[in-house]
Amino acid sequence: MSEQPIIEMRGVTKIFGLDPQSALEAVRAGQTKAEALANSGHVVGLNDVSISVQRSEIFVVMGLSGSGKSTLIRHVNRLIDPTAGEIFVNGEDVLSMSREQLSEFRRTKVAMVFQKFGLLPHRSVLNNVAYGLEVRGVAKQDRLDLASQWIDTVGLSGYENSRPFELSGGQQQRVGLARALSMDTDILLMDEAFSALDPLIRSGMQDELLNLQQTLHKTILFITHDFDEAIRIGDKIAVLNDGVVVQTGSPGEIVLNPADDYVAEFVSDVNKARVIHVDSIMQRGEFEPCDVSVQAASRCEDVLPIFAEHEWVGVTDDDDKQIGRVTSKQVIAALARYTPASRS
Amino acid sequence: MFPEIIDTRPLRNWVDDGLEWVVVNWGDGLEAAASPLLTLLLWIEHLLLATPWWLIILLLTGLAYLASRRLQLAALVCFSLVFLGVMGLWEDSIKTTALMLTATLTAIATSIPVGIAMARWRWLRNIVTPVLDLMQTLPSFVYLIPAVMIFGPGKVPALLATIIYASPPLVRLTDLGIRLVDPDVMEASRAFGASPRQRLFGVQIPLAMPTILAGINQTTMMALAMVVIASMIGAGGLGYQVLQGIGRLEVSRGLFAGLGIVVLAIIFDRVTQAFGRQLQERIGLQDTRT
Repeated sequence: MSEQPIIEMRGVTKIFGLDPQSALEAVRAGQTKAEALANSGHVVGLNDVSISVQRSEIFVVMGLSGSGKSTLIRHVNRLIDPTAGEIFVNGEDVLSMSREQLSEFRRTKVAMVFQKFGLLPHRSVLNNVAYGLEVRGVAKQDRLDLASQWIDTVGLSGYENSRPFELSGGQQQRVGLARALSMDTDILLMDEAFSALDPLIRSGMQDELLNLQQTLHKTILFITHDFDEAIRIGDKIAVLNDGVVVQTGSPGEIVLNPADDYVAEFVSDVNKARVIHVDSIMQRGEFEPCDVSVQAASRCEDVLPIFAEHEWVGVTDDDDKQIGRVTSKQVIAALARYTPASRS
Repeated sequence: MFPEIIDTRPLRNWVDDGLEWVVVNWGDGLEAAASPLLTLLLWIEHLLLATPWWLIILLLTGLAYLASRRLQLAALVCFSLVFLGVMGLWEDSIKTTALMLTATLTAIATSIPVGIAMARWRWLRNIVTPVLDLMQTLPSFVYLIPAVMIFGPGKVPALLATIIYASPPLVRLTDLGIRLVDPDVMEASRAFGASPRQRLFGVQIPLAMPTILAGINQTTMMALAMVVIASMIGAGGLGYQVLQGIGRLEVSRGLFAGLGIVVLAIIFDRVTQAFGRQLQERIGLQDTRT
């Protein structure tokens, strides 16, 4: 790890209930989540969670409902206070901040997108997007100008004066995204931001987020219950189960080496074509230039449609120089090889 | 019969003497403290009486149309006001309206802050709720008589009794409205670093506004329900006509004045409700809460 992580959580434990401290001791002594609930009525939200998110990466925390993922993300901007543990953002200790410092931190350092959008129903789209800037104290004309730029960026031009309830779910979340992006913070927290959307709209929003990320290079902590989504957008994934991080790694690492049965179960349903990158299966070397080529970071699913028309697909590096090529046979072989034995 | 365990006479004497002491020692002070209320009431009354009748009809009809965007309500309001004038109830209606408006304005100024504070501090809600119950259930004569003893018969005790009776729904509905604000919206506001003040004025009050308006509507209705009792201690207005009708066994006088109260109630009820509906539609609350 060359650089200091942007978001770092060390040994964070969160226990909900009347007497979290005594329950904490029991949990540290080895009590499980179910036992804590049965014995003293305490709910273990997070148990000794440590993650570290590097600059400009999309870090996905994936888990089913009740796994504590929404609790986790709320610790980063201290919407929830931990029972134990340390949280650093940009090297600053979030837990030692005073009330004023915390407000300032939320106004300037982190922006958040919510599953249920959290838009102000009595305000127009424009004023919703400008809300964060308004709270920060940006002058009216400046914040409205900025807001309309971001409305433009997320593709909602023309809806500036609409009310949130007049928009579809996907459009409402674009407003939520524009509101967060207009804050121009390095860190973006996305709490199941696309989970409430239809599958088609959801994948559209995922593409859009990835597109935006190519120019914005934000540090994004993304929460989801959808493993496919995690794999699609994540540079790194942490899998959460019952408040415990069971595995952290790149999508490829997790798909190829699931840490336990819980993770393996998600992996078995995964669309491999989405996870395997072409550069891991291509023929490296100098070949005559192909008619069509893709970037080395492309996934198998990106090249599959091209095979309908072409036999060879070139693979290029970041400078658009061809570094190898793939054929449909190689792709099919790779996809078949990574299919778990239970399926074959 | 329930056996007499203690002698309640000393207790009653103690209360009666205590009240007398208050009247003697604090009477002037309390009267002075209530004088701004009286000033407000007289000011509103004079303003309304000085306004030509046709202008009042025009203004209220226009207001009804603005609130509902429907000609029906405007026509209803116009017709009702003409009815009051034709039946010779105009001046009494104005006096009653002035009393109701003063009570409602005072209730708004006091109840909304109390409701907001109740929504915020649970312990305060535990204290205030039984007080509100008391204000709504205690027979009004029980506090009217001490009020008359302190302030003398007239408009001030009538106004105070009306305020006491009419405030509780507004306090309750303000508290409820604030607490019902969508927690997701509140959390988003918090996540963007909004201060408690920014959350209160930027999120909670605007989103609670339809409920608060329903409370104001209830307050106006309850204030009108008090006019007959208020007129017993010298508030005048339509209630006095009803009272005289009863006293002289003139059923017609009582009936017409009673109908006048109903007509006033209908006007204010429909207009405030229409405003509430308009606000709710603008916010689109039903849609976002699903």
